[in-house]
Amino acid sequence: MSEVLLDVRKLITAFDTDAGLLRAVDQVSFSVKKRQTLGIVGESGCGKSVTAMSIVKLLPQPSGRIIEGEVWFKERNLATISAAEMRKIRGNEIGVIFQEPMTALNPVHRIGKQLSEGFILHKGMNKKEAWDASIEMLKLVRIPAPEQRIGDYPHQLSGGMRQRIVIALALACRPDLIIADEPTTALDVTVQAQILDLIKERQEQLGTSMILITHDLGVIAETCDEVVVMYGGRVIERAPVDEIFHNPRHAYTKGLLASMPHLDTPRKTILPVIPGMVASLQDFVTGCRFCQRMKREGAVLRERPLYQEISPRHWVEACPVCVESL
Amino acid sequence: MESPLLSVNGLKVHFPVHGGVLKRQIGAVRAVDDVSLTIAPGETLGLVGESGCGKSTLGKAIVRLYRPNAGQIVFEGRDITRASQSQIRPLRRDMQMIFQDPSESLNARHSVRSILEEPYIIHNIGTKEERRRWVNELLDRVGLPSSSADKYSFEFSGGQRQRIGIARAIALKPKLIICDEPVSALDVSVQSQVLNLMLELQQEMGLAYLFIAHDLAVVKHISDRVAVMYLGKIVELADADEIYRDPRHAYTQALLSAIPVADPRAKKKRILLEGDVPSPINPPAGSAFGHRISHPLYEQTMDKDLRLTELSPDHFVAADPCCLSPADYAAVAKASQ
Repeated sequence: MSEVLLDVRKLITAFDTDAGLLRAVDQVSFSVKKRQTLGIVGESGCGKSVTAMSIVKLLPQPSGRIIEGEVWFKERNLATISAAEMRKIRGNEIGVIFQEPMTALNPVHRIGKQLSEGFILHKGMNKKEAWDASIEMLKLVRIPAPEQRIGDYPHQLSGGMRQRIVIALALACRPDLIIADEPTTALDVTVQAQILDLIKERQEQLGTSMILITHDLGVIAETCDEVVVMYGGRVIERAPVDEIFHNPRHAYTKGLLASMPHLDTPRKTILPVIPGMVASLQDFVTGCRFCQRMKREGAVLRERPLYQEISPRHWVEACPVCVESL
Repeated sequence: MESPLLSVNGLKVHFPVHGGVLKRQIGAVRAVDDVSLTIAPGETLGLVGESGCGKSTLGKAIVRLYRPNAGQIVFEGRDITRASQSQIRPLRRDMQMIFQDPSESLNARHSVRSILEEPYIIHNIGTKEERRRWVNELLDRVGLPSSSADKYSFEFSGGQRQRIGIARAIALKPKLIICDEPVSALDVSVQSQVLNLMLELQQEMGLAYLFIAHDLAVVKHISDRVAVMYLGKIVELADADEIYRDPRHAYTQALLSAIPVADPRAKKKRILLEGDVPSPINPPAGSAFGHRISHPLYEQTMDKDLRLTELSPDHFVAADPCCLSPADYAAVAKASQ
């Protein structure tokens, strides 16, 4: 069970901007075990998507690059391999699902052609074999009448159907790892429920590991085994899902959980809030970035808190103000 | 019961669909199809449903950004369904709207001051000095520094922009604000800040809200009553606590069961629906939801009147045999006779 599939160690990803080299991901470490689902949660700009894009090397070019750290996947360090080698892994051993299916699909090619491509490229099938395998994939993601649908263009399908196609694309070559970046955010709740159910079922069937990136704590609670909470480009807390929801230790995680209205919160009451907002990338301090948001002063802003394991499998960025009873 | 601030009766908004070489009308999108509801002064009515169910169209039709095809909109006792644009304008003082994407609803070429002054200028209220003071008061009220007045909307974050949108909506002290997904584009921690602001303003100013959203937990939190829409029709309407505790319509039950609960210990049974919301272009006759779930009684609903009927005090459901328990259906069938 505990075999590690992906190990991200002190990853730093930065972008060249007019304001200089800015670190969007600042020494992020986590690992994903076989068959496990790891959730990455955080607000816009916290670096969760950049982390994912760094793993599969799909950073915006030429501005974005990994400047430090290691990404170990099946005995290879993805941070240092060439683009050509990465192409053999991406779509084959690592599948990617993006938020907006319309941008992940090519509007001028039929569904069948896009699905076949992976089989031809990675599995060496001929066109006919790839086409048949594609129909099988559509069946797997429960697309009705797959023999007809395979000849459709993306715009002929609804949002939910398109997202199923993207899932089919990600699963096509039976990857060891799926990276899903907000896979259901653009969908309605009833369709979201179908899609999450589908991903889970296929994942169990194929024994795939997954990194699920989302801002929706409900989705995290229902699908993940372990959770990474990111703030200001850093992992501020990481723990098994039950720990995160029932024993959060960092003030930011606590605030995030409290500020969400639940179905059992008394109606029309003032919700607890996290004051202020995330500082922009160029203004980030070296020290605790949540203290920066809370307008605290002094040494906490200058010294970077240690990222440490405070109880078994429960890691926090141990800021003495944000984490009680260290 | 006190007289409602707004009442909507049998409202229909249909959009023509043109096709063929001659671009003749070949059908209609029945975006809003026979909807009735009321909003009391100071009340929040939540309106939920999936994309394409017609909830935004309903909101825009109420402020008369769309022309209704049939039915009636009565605001403070006045029928405004057919009012001309010049008759509508003074009404806009009392009825405002907040949109989902504040970056698109605020003019990027105007400073915040000129955006917030505009309502006063249009309605010819106050002197230059007074308007200046009011704008500062508005900014202060929504929690922005008065130095914001000379900035432009793109200089603000999403949450701050939504505050500007709210400031503009409350400038003329309206009685009703139609809020179309006001917090959907915001991050969780900013969302709660904006919801709190809306609750405070409601208390202070006695505002009524029609709160349109797809996030059911948010809607429950802010609403007094909740209406659930499916394919252009309201299928259930009840007190907010009651509809979440005891949903009676099959669609409401499915919708509620689909919300992911932010607690890994919660064990829940999920009703998984097949397929997507059907297209509102020439929708199936009879029970649209019965059609989606291929209910055995669907055929029988094709020539039936599935109107919203009171099942228990202030709890309304569509009289639809496919979507109600046999006992509930018997009760509403009896009540509607």
